[in-house]
Order: sequence, then C-alpha cells, then structure tokens
Amino acid sequence: MKIAVCVSHVPDTAAKINIGSDSKNIDQNGVTFVVNPYDEYAIEEALKTKEKFGGETVAISLGGDANKETLRKALAMGIDNAVLLKDSGFRDSLSVAKALAEEIKTQGAELVFFGKQSVDYDSSIVGQLTAELLGYNCISVVISFSLDGNKITCEREIEGGKEIVETALPALITAQKGLNEPRYASLKGIMAAKKKEIIEKQPVAAQNYIEIISMKKTESKQAGKIVGTDSSAVPELVRLLREEAKVI
Amino acid sequence: MAKEEIKVDLLKGGEFLIKESDPQIVFIPEDLSEDQRMMADSAREFVEKEIWPKLNAIDKQEPNLTVSLLEKAGELGFLSTAIPEEYGGLGEDFNTNTAIAFEMGASHSFGVSFAAHTGIGTLPILLYGTDEQKKKYLPKLGSGQLKSAYCLTEPTSGSDALSAKTTAKLTEDGKYYILNGQKMWITNGGFADILITFAKVDGDKFTCFIIDANSEGFNRGQEENKMGIKGSSTTALFLDSVKVPVENILGEIGKGHYIAFNILNIGRYKLCAMTTGSAKKVASASITYANERQQFGQPISNFGAIKHKLAEQAIKIFVSESATYRVSDLINGKIKELQAKGSRYEEAALVAAEEYAIECAMLKVFGSEVLDYVVDEAVQIHGGYGYSEEYPAARAYRDSRINRIFEGTNEINRLLTVDMLMKRSMKGRIDLIGPAMAVQKELMSIPEFGSSADGLLAAEYKAIQNAKKAVLVIAGAAVQKLMQKLKDEQEIIMNVTDMMIELFTSESAYLRTIKLSGFKNTQELQPYIDMTQVYIINSMEKINIYGKHAITSFAEGDELKMLLMGLKRFTKYEPINTTKLRRAIADKLIEANKYCF
Repeated sequence: MKIAVCVSHVPDTAAKINIGSDSKNIDQNGVTFVVNPYDEYAIEEALKTKEKFGGETVAISLGGDANKETLRKALAMGIDNAVLLKDSGFRDSLSVAKALAEEIKTQGAELVFFGKQSVDYDSSIVGQLTAELLGYNCISVVISFSLDGNKITCEREIEGGKEIVETALPALITAQKGLNEPRYASLKGIMAAKKKEIIEKQPVAAQNYIEIISMKKTESKQAGKIVGTDSSAVPELVRLLREEAKVI
Repeated sequence: MAKEEIKVDLLKGGEFLIKESDPQIVFIPEDLSEDQRMMADSAREFVEKEIWPKLNAIDKQEPNLTVSLLEKAGELGFLSTAIPEEYGGLGEDFNTNTAIAFEMGASHSFGVSFAAHTGIGTLPILLYGTDEQKKKYLPKLGSGQLKSAYCLTEPTSGSDALSAKTTAKLTEDGKYYILNGQKMWITNGGFADILITFAKVDGDKFTCFIIDANSEGFNRGQEENKMGIKGSSTTALFLDSVKVPVENILGEIGKGHYIAFNILNIGRYKLCAMTTGSAKKVASASITYANERQQFGQPISNFGAIKHKLAEQAIKIFVSESATYRVSDLINGKIKELQAKGSRYEEAALVAAEEYAIECAMLKVFGSEVLDYVVDEAVQIHGGYGYSEEYPAARAYRDSRINRIFEGTNEINRLLTVDMLMKRSMKGRIDLIGPAMAVQKELMSIPEFGSSADGLLAAEYKAIQNAKKAVLVIAGAAVQKLMQKLKDEQEIIMNVTDMMIELFTSESAYLRTIKLSGFKNTQELQPYIDMTQVYIINSMEKINIYGKHAITSFAEGDELKMLLMGLKRFTKYEPINTTKLRRAIADKLIEANKYCF
C-alpha cells in the first residue's frame, strides 16, 4: 500500500511574528521555520501504519526551497520518499488542495495523512478539500486510527467528547494532537535522509479564489481594572460600563 | 559532514598570541551544515522531551532511570557520534560533536552522565585501544549496551593525579594483573559496566586498564550526597585484588599518563561546549521570566538594571560560543590535515587535541565561569522565585558549580595554560621570543598617533592586536626576570592566563562578527557588533588590571615604570556608551523572549 503524508513548513509557534512591509506577508526576518506540529502526528501515523502493514511512504510539500528542510525532517524520521511541489507564490486553500490531489493521484496513494491544520494560515480545510477532489473518504481531527483490511476505525474529537467512526480505503485522515507521540529523527535516520533525493516537481496551476488584501496584528489587550472589592463600587462600575466600555 | 576540504595555514596551538586569524577561515556556528543542525536539533528535542520532564526524578536517582535514558540516547545514536563507522558508530566530525555537546549541556545531571560515558569513558578505548579492544567495546559503548566510567582520582590524589596509590601486580603465570586501591568521585560509578582505571605497575609505571565491573573484588561505594548534579551517579570504587587480564591493558605499561592527560584535553574543550549550551537555556529562562514578571505595573525586563544583566549574559554566551567553535574547527582541521597525510583517525585526533591543549584549558576555565555567571544572575533575576526549587534557576545554580572543579580545577587549568606555552616556547614549537623582543623595541620608540582606522570594528581590531603586545611584553618580562622561579609565582601565572583568555575570547568574537558581516544585513548584524564592542572594551580594562597585578608583583623602579607605561599604551581604548549598546542588545532578547544569537 502506498501511504502519502502532506506536510507544510511553518513559522515556529514560539516565534514572534511581524507583518512584512507589503502588509500581505509576514516578515520572515529572523523567524525560524519548522515542520507544522500537526503534520508530525501525520508523519508518525504514516510510519506506524507502514511498520504494521508494509508498503511505501511518501511526503509531499508545496512551497519554496525552504520546504526541503521539512521534507528532510520527514525523511529523517523514516519516510521513504519526498516530493517538493515547487511554487513559492501565494495559493489559497483550494489551489493548494488541487496541487496536492494531483500529486497524490500520480503517487497512487490510497491512504493519506494530513495535519488537522497548518499553523500558519490556519484555514483547517486543505485536507478535506483534497479528499473531495480525490473522491476519498475523509475523517478529520482524528485522535486514534486503526486499519483492518479495508476498514478504517477512527476516534475523532468533538465538542465535549469524542465519536467513533468507520470508513473504508481510499481515505484521507487529518491528525489531531494526541493521535500518537511523534518519534525523534535518530542520528542514523538523519544520515540516511542525507542520501535520499527530494524530487522536485512543478505543481499543477490552479486559480486562486481568495486574495489576501492585508494582514494586521491583533491589538494587545488593555490591562483589566479593579474598581473596588465590595458593593460600594457598583455605581462606579455601572458608570464605567456605560460611559467607557459603552456596553450597557 | 560539513566541509571535506583541508584547511591550510591553520593557526598552531598558542599562536593566536603572535599571529592574526583570517575571519573567512574561522569556523562560526552559522557555518554548521543543514545536517549538522538537524543532528543538533534532534539532540535538543531529546533533551526537551526525555530529560526535562524527568529532571526531578533524575535528581532523586530513581532506580535505573539514568541508565535507561543513556540506553535511549544510544538507540538514537547520540552515544556513537564520535565512534568511527567500522566500529558501529556514526563517524561524525569534531564540529558535529561540538554542536551535539552544546545541546546535551542543557540536560543537567544527565549531561554529566552522558559526557562521562561518551568522553572520558569511551575515548580512551577509541584513541588508545587495540583493534581487538575496539571491536569488543566500542559497538556496545556506542549503542548504550555498556556504560563506562573513568577512574583516575583517588582519595589522596586529585589535581596531583600521578601520585595515585592504586597498584597493579603481574601474576606469576603472566596472564593477569592484580589491582588494589581505591578510586574517588567516579562519575557513573554506581552503574558502569566497564571502568577505565589507572594504576601503577611495579610501584611507578602509571598504566591504564579496562576493568569489567563483574570482576571479583570490585565493589562500589555509596552514592555521594552532592551539592548539585544530584542525579549523576558519583561513588567511590574499591579494588580488592581485582584480577584483570593482561589483554585489558590500554595503551602501554608506564604510559598511562598520556591517556589521562590527552583525554582531559578533549574533555576540557567539551566542557566548554556543554556549559555554554547550558548557559543558553538558563539565560532564555531568565529572559522569559523577566518578560512575565510584573512589578510597579510593568514587566521587570523594562528596567535598566535587568536589561544590563540580560545583555551581559548574552554577550558572554555569544563570546563563549564563538571561541568554542573556533577551537572545535582548529582541532577538526588538524585531524583532517593529518589524515590527508596518511595518519589514522586515532593518531590524528590525539595529535590535534594536544596541539590545542592551551586553547582547551582556557576554554574550560572560560566556559565554566560564563555558566557560573549566568546561573548566578538567573537566581537574581528570578528574585525570591530564584531561590525556590519550583523554578529552574535553583537547579541551574547548584549544578553549575562543579564545572569549575572537575576536568582539572580552573586553577590547575590556568597554571597549565602558561606552563604549556612556556614549554612550547623552549622547545621551539612556537616563537614567542622574536615577537616579544619586537614589542620591547616598539616600547622604546615613540608611539604612533595616527588617525583612527576606518571600517567595521576597526578600533576593536587595533585593540586586539595591541592586547597581544601587552601579553607578550608582560609575560616576556616575567620570564626574563623570574626564570625558573616563575612556576612558584602562581599569582603572576594566573594573571597572565586571564589576560590570554580575555584576548583569545575577544578575538573570537571579533572574527565571528566580521565573518557574519559577509552574509547578514545591517539590521541583523547590529547586535553582533554591539556585543563585540561591549565585550572588547571590558576585556581591555580587565587585561589592564590583570597586567598591573602581574607587573607590580615582579618589577621595580625603571622597569616597573616602563612596563606600566607599555601596558597603558597597549590597552588603550576610547570609551564608548556601553549602556546604550547593552540596552539595544537586551531589547533584542526581550523581543525574542529567549537567547537569540
């Protein structure tokens, strides 16, 4: 069985983000990029599935040369092959999904893992769009995955609990934290990854339906104000709520 | 591996005193390859995910915990990076091992167990073992199946290692040595499977043996109750007629001291990498805390007093890191040069480590003192919380202190620095006399009052070149005046070493910043320039003070006057507004919320 895992290269969540001078991009100066954290769960699940049932794994990433670092990490963790769909321009979620779906089709992968969202644009939709384009069954926000023959059983997180769902291959799964504990890249894995080739391809062109007009930082919250500690403060509180906060 | 080309014109050991270095051939951490960075990242992840959540359990010496973590490190490859591929290792070069040591340094007690196992516990076999010994032990040491300890110190022989009392006597059939004695402060003593042990054959031939811990007559003492690094196993070991097969002699009979001292060179150098790595992590915790802690209605990182501390820590770490990679690559380069000429890796590594023994000793002193500074300020920045075990500062403070004591105390290393330099000068390995005479001559001439030089860090460049002259003139005068008696004037030796350390580290920072100017834009480069300037101006003042202490303790009359005048001339540096620079550095750290250089 061929297993694909789609990975994105995102700013480190600890990095302080500033908006670039064109106000349509972030300022990448001094920002370190990492494997999208949710994609690490996807990689781990792909590896575990391969270890259990055999087959071949391929990591696919869409982006510029910098994405090779993330692909290299996937290879170091144990993924067999890597494909970079080289395009550093802006693509909206659907356009990304079209490019990924095309490559997954070329690879002939029946089982595909995604992170549930990528922590840069956070649209949380690329996995589902890709599944739709491929005509694959899709289960999102998965915290437990098992495969038995053609049958897939997953637990997925829902508000206040979890649900257990079943589907069949071919399928696309989006991984949530808790699905597994991603392995480290062992030093031997890193050295082996060095010898593997990252295949570069031109992704299919696709129209963007969404355009970024501008990016803005959220304004930092003002510190709270304690008006008093007993009922005598109520009139002042009411006044402030009415006159300053203008909520009553 | 980063670069396979052979570097030419490497600076020899100690030559930094009399020669300039080309910034373009100096290795800086930014030169690490993508693979080297991935390996370092993997080590950092291991420390963060496997070690940090378990620090309390490790410090309580939960049974088998450190042993299982060493085995896990072995599985992932961290114990075998320096072991050649033919013995089951990864055969990574010296710089890769440096990068990994930086990360492992932040793992507190585990780092000590790790360093003892991979360094002094494995390297003697790697560098001095026979092919049979290497085949027998290295694959298992690299995988973590066997754990190792290095047993040199005894109750009555610490710094004076050669006065060891443990004896080794050949049995009548000539097949075994019988070892008797006691070893003290042995890291990994509580669980090591093999022990690299030193003993005297026939009462005077200092010799190294590999002892199997299952041998009859071998006993472990109780765990020491230590001030810090509580999670690392430290015990006494007792050898009561332990029978060791003759094939377990490591190296040659009577040549154990070569092993003892050469292994320590590499250990000293590694210690600097580890302490600097640890300092980065501690400094980051202090920066984060200073940003979170509110007093007087604002984060304490807004205050100048705290900014000063944040900047000062970063400067020292930046400098220490620069100096460490500089030496790492000198050793790396020397190994490759010798291998290209046909040396085996083992021979090459030993010669290279000996070549830079002076630098290794200086780094050991510097790195351990940088960490001590950083942990002290960590407690201070954390205030009352710094004194609480709930925050990382207290553990860092306790764990740091040992670094100034083991791998040769900082005092011994300071003495060794000058001692080695003098011996090399006498043997003609390095020409100090010529340059020292030239400086003396320059002193008699009228000083040049040329216009100030232009270019990036031009004043700092000048200051470094002058500081070299200051060291030469003072060390030269002390040797001339005191001759053989200099070795009894330890205070003067310490002063000279401290001047050398300031000089070497200043130059390392300068070289890194100049090299960085080739690929960083002005805005990115600025903090590096600021750190280099603040550090060098401080160093020049320190060199001046150490110099004065040295001069006044041996010179009188006209000589005293002349030397003081020379010192003043060679440590002159136009004062600059370091407060402004420190604030700018601190602001970068505050924004990044961690050590970010």
